[in-house]
Amino acid sequence: MQIYVNIITLASLYCLICCGYVLIYRASRVLNLAHGEMMTIGGYFLFTVSIGIIADPIPSFLLSFLLSLLLGFVVYFFLMRFMTGESVFAAVLVTVALGILMRGLITLIWTSQLWHPLQHLDMENTSHQIAEGAVISTFGVVTILSTIVLYLGLFLCFKFTRWGLRMRAVGEKPLLAAQRGFGLHKFYALSWGIAVFSGGLAGMIQACDSGLDPSMFVIGLKAFPVVLVGGLDSLVGVIPGAFVVAAAEVLAINYISPQASEVAPFAVLLAMLLIRPWGLFGTKEELERV
Amino acid sequence: MAFASGYFKTSYAKDLSIVETRSRCTCLLLLILGLAVFPFFASPFFLDLATQVFLALIGAVALMLLTGYAGQISLGHAGLIAAGAFTTAILFKELKAPLFVTLPASGLVGGLLGIIFGLPSLRLKGLYLALSTLALHFIVVYLGAEYESTRGYATGVVIDPPSLGPLIIQDPRLWYFLLLIIDILVVIFAINLVRSRTGRAWMAIRDRDVAAEALGIKVSAYKLSAFVLSSVLTSIAGCLFAYFRGFVSVEAFSLLMTIEYIAMIIIGGLGSILGTVFGTIFVVLLPYIIDILVDALNVPARLTTYMFAKICQLRVGHDHFFGSGARRSCGHLAACQGLFYALAF
Repeated sequence: MQIYVNIITLASLYCLICCGYVLIYRASRVLNLAHGEMMTIGGYFLFTVSIGIIADPIPSFLLSFLLSLLLGFVVYFFLMRFMTGESVFAAVLVTVALGILMRGLITLIWTSQLWHPLQHLDMENTSHQIAEGAVISTFGVVTILSTIVLYLGLFLCFKFTRWGLRMRAVGEKPLLAAQRGFGLHKFYALSWGIAVFSGGLAGMIQACDSGLDPSMFVIGLKAFPVVLVGGLDSLVGVIPGAFVVAAAEVLAINYISPQASEVAPFAVLLAMLLIRPWGLFGTKEELERV
Repeated sequence: MAFASGYFKTSYAKDLSIVETRSRCTCLLLLILGLAVFPFFASPFFLDLATQVFLALIGAVALMLLTGYAGQISLGHAGLIAAGAFTTAILFKELKAPLFVTLPASGLVGGLLGIIFGLPSLRLKGLYLALSTLALHFIVVYLGAEYESTRGYATGVVIDPPSLGPLIIQDPRLWYFLLLIIDILVVIFAINLVRSRTGRAWMAIRDRDVAAEALGIKVSAYKLSAFVLSSVLTSIAGCLFAYFRGFVSVEAFSLLMTIEYIAMIIIGGLGSILGTVFGTIFVVLLPYIIDILVDALNVPARLTTYMFAKICQLRVGHDHFFGSGARRSCGHLAACQGLFYALAF
């Protein structure tokens, strides 16, 4: 029973992280390999806000959300904007480089010590007995709930609002969208903003759940197989992808060794690339586009 | 120096020759002479720099063959170097194997991994291929870490200097000459290989795979051969890396290493062996050059260092030294490489 709970919690964490990968990919065909670091920085934003500005949970979370969103805009306008129209591979390498730079900055600013933002927020992460032999932490529940809220929000936004429609259009055919008078940079920046926001949200929850140190970016790296399993250009695909990868990881911890769980997502990724490279829900044409 | 002007080749012997004019031949001989006497005049620091360049060049040529000629993108280069280094470390620790066992064994492991790395390339291109090699990088590094932790070498494996017969290679000059000879062999091999049937097939695949197939080139076989050959060379470089450093640990083989190698071949210009040499020299020496500049100008701040790196890279990257075709992206790639050096200090 505990295994199922673990899989669901981990899968929803992956869902939160991966929606950032998909949003950026759909908008600009770039796979952002610095997403793990952006998520970590989200956690550090919460920590800084909670010790430096407001110790009250809700405002400090809101302020950190805002900071994450801003980080996304800044990264887009000062770095990735120059990569539009360049080869995809070069853009991906730039994100790798950005990730390494951010990792260095994190250690430089916040040191590599383990921090617990929860202490400063006056909250506790208690465990709840939900069924026979299965426990879940408060922030595990928060992960699952925020995933549901975020995905519902994104779905409604893309389906029913004017901005959502435009974002879809820009992702689908940038040239036509530009000819209709949409400012492409505005929409790309918006995708980056939302992506970093959702990644940062995952980072904040993870930081509350199990503490904060620079090695947290590994979770982000382990999450990118999820998007490839689900299909790089499919937001819906993230959910089954997250379950497959989370299951592989949790089962590897249980039956092989904790260290094997570190590579289980990549093994799944390789298998998927060999069998069905465009992923469960991706479009096959996408393979030819890159 | 007289260059060959135009395409005036009147005999097959001339067509086959690597060095085209007499003055070029003289320059080449002078270069070799210079390299041969260099270690007797250079300070230990410069000797070490030269050896580092030689060591990196083997891996860079291997990556150039794969990416620059066969057109297959790989993000698993550090993983392959790790594979060679760990094969050496494991054989040395478990069996006390000497150099003439570990070197071929590393090559063999590299070749096997090359087939595995190459298999996805039969179905995938571009970004997807890069991601599959990235996944393999993590798996190889994981296996190395697993060995380290299960055998109790938590921080890394220490390796004794290798011996060739009665000769123990420990002296920096000996390393210099050994690597110099290996480098010359590798470069000659690469230059000849890309002029051969295999090399021409690779270039055809790089330029347009469908057209290559229509010309009767077995695309999958040649793609795999590119991966295998490049991986064998890379793993041998990994083996030498292990002996040269005397220490193998998974921390050394990060994605940063992969990016450095990619930067070497892109700054040099894809599709040029000579460019690889210059790219390697540039990338290996850049951190030291920046260091010297920072000392000379007395700017302590990290950010300034980073700006320097970025500007240097951008300027040089935009009109890259050698290579075919204008690839503007290389300027940006070089810029991203500049970002790394922010961390080197």
